[in-house]
Amino acid sequence: MSVMTWSPTKGGERYREVPEERKRALFEEVKSDPRYPDFLYGCYECGICVSACPSARFYDFSPRVIAQALAREDVDRFYEILMEDIWNCAQCFSCVRCPRGNNPGGLVTLMREVAVRHGLEQAQQALQGYSRVIYKIMLKGNQVSPDMLQPDFFPDWGPWVREFSRNMAVWRKAIPVDTLRNITDAAWRTDDKTLRELYTIWFETGNMEVIREVDEGLYELLVEIMEEELEAAS
Amino acid sequence: MSEHMLPLTEIRERKAQAVRPNPEEAPRPDLREELYELEARGELIVQRVPEPYVEVTTKYGRTKKVPIDRLWHHKSCGQCGHIPGYTTSILWLNRQFGIDYLDPTDQTSCTGWNYYASATSNAVAQILVMCRNFAAAYETGYYPLIHCGTSYGHYKELREQLVHHKELRDQVRRVLDKLGKPLVVPEEIVHYSEWVHVMRHRIAERQVVDMREVTACVHPACHYYKIVAEDAIYDPDIYGGQRTATVTALLQALGIRVADYSTWFDCCGFGFRHILVQRDFTRSFAVLRKIEVMKDEANPDMTVTHDTGCVTTLDKSQFAAKAHQRRVGVPVLADSQVAALAMGAHPFRVLQLHWHSTDWRPLLEKLGIDWQRYWAEFEEDLAAIERGEKPGLTWEDAEEPVISR
Repeated sequence: MSVMTWSPTKGGERYREVPEERKRALFEEVKSDPRYPDFLYGCYECGICVSACPSARFYDFSPRVIAQALAREDVDRFYEILMEDIWNCAQCFSCVRCPRGNNPGGLVTLMREVAVRHGLEQAQQALQGYSRVIYKIMLKGNQVSPDMLQPDFFPDWGPWVREFSRNMAVWRKAIPVDTLRNITDAAWRTDDKTLRELYTIWFETGNMEVIREVDEGLYELLVEIMEEELEAAS
Repeated sequence: MSEHMLPLTEIRERKAQAVRPNPEEAPRPDLREELYELEARGELIVQRVPEPYVEVTTKYGRTKKVPIDRLWHHKSCGQCGHIPGYTTSILWLNRQFGIDYLDPTDQTSCTGWNYYASATSNAVAQILVMCRNFAAAYETGYYPLIHCGTSYGHYKELREQLVHHKELRDQVRRVLDKLGKPLVVPEEIVHYSEWVHVMRHRIAERQVVDMREVTACVHPACHYYKIVAEDAIYDPDIYGGQRTATVTALLQALGIRVADYSTWFDCCGFGFRHILVQRDFTRSFAVLRKIEVMKDEANPDMTVTHDTGCVTTLDKSQFAAKAHQRRVGVPVLADSQVAALAMGAHPFRVLQLHWHSTDWRPLLEKLGIDWQRYWAEFEEDLAAIERGEKPGLTWEDAEEPVISR
């Protein structure tokens, strides 16, 4: 059953070995985010968020439990959610129909940020196979590109992917939009100056340090390319 | 029955009445007022919606200006990368109406898909990516039109965070100074489907394909109307003002039968991370909670939506389900593609339907469109490109409507 009944004693059963201070510190990090007060106002336990939540239908996942655990500052339960639940959220924000104005999806985002910043094993597991996307977004400023549509990565999308892969070069030339035509390694043609500004944003905001926690090899590769670009321009 | 309880008949009667909210009673303050105050204090520049614009009503009864002209197309990476007919159709519509627009190369994606998928970023970086794009638009004098539903929702939320948190503004301004960019925020965040919405009657005036025999189900995009809900367009004449009017109003203007289905509020199953690395969830949700429900309750000829992830998910998830004898086979189109098709756009040069996975042929046949003829033309284009006779298609090849009444 996916809708879990709140039980203050349930939390922490599986993570007894983790010191209370560690759990508390991670919780405080989430709570200290300037957006936190905008995302959590309290909880009626009405379950409207759960009824709207796609992940609650397919996983043992409840946005209501997340709002409850954080509102009660139950760090044991918080830690359990951090380790086991947050990566199941679909981030659709259907849960924001909450009558109290809570944003459980937003709370999940904050928890994910903390999980990634601390390089938690569960975050790394959840992002396995995701590195090539990070490479693309950090370097090209695009999440996806035509050359990522490969049959071995999307076998469940059917023979269309194979046909596309075979014809990618010519299909991309047969698009009348100037910025898209003949571009296969990005979604559209982007100015070098624009990308350098993007790299500056990543460096100036500590975003590259976040990438290091997820994949150190990828981090080193990205830094090398970006610094070379920035230095060449300066 | 308690005297405080309403009889069921009265509840039904109330629900049947159109919702006409009073903006004075809106549950949340108007963010634009706060923007103007920050501007008056010299903290930022508010980019005004240029004339001509159309005023529409949003969820709480407020008025929103949707610009018609001088548009800076903030493209979507998922659309341009994997569904290019989506973007091409938006720009084709602009060109048909002689709109002055820019298709910029000084633009990155919002990077929101990655943020919602992996959280490998932070609030300041995300706001800066947005502000860099907004500054780039402002410098050209054109107004940003956001193509992606997630970019639109993400930017609405980031704009709110920027306005409400001085510490974020200070951090953002420091980096923008380094980039030599002003801190500019548009007074309205406008989604392309809102432009299509306000243009729908003009589109219908130039309709050449009779669509009255077609039934469609609408999937409203979560990030369009759930994130910062008060900015989405609502109309008492569409669903009694109880759901967003975008997409549905267009289809009705084109004479398409819009059929309801019970899981309209559900997301598509995209999941951001799931669509890339955990698609068992995406496929299951898209098929079991959306496509099969539509099929069972409405049996539509197509599903129409207005976001990158929704088109991708609903279209691409159907192949594997078919192998399991699930009740699938509903072609998925964006509203811009439907509008362009209605006005006679080439199904492949403009709509680029060959990038779609679920079979669209029965839909075109029902519309009386000889797709084989247009595919043959497009194959000739491809052959000419491969022979090196032309470097690629241009607007000159695709501009003219090819389907006539």
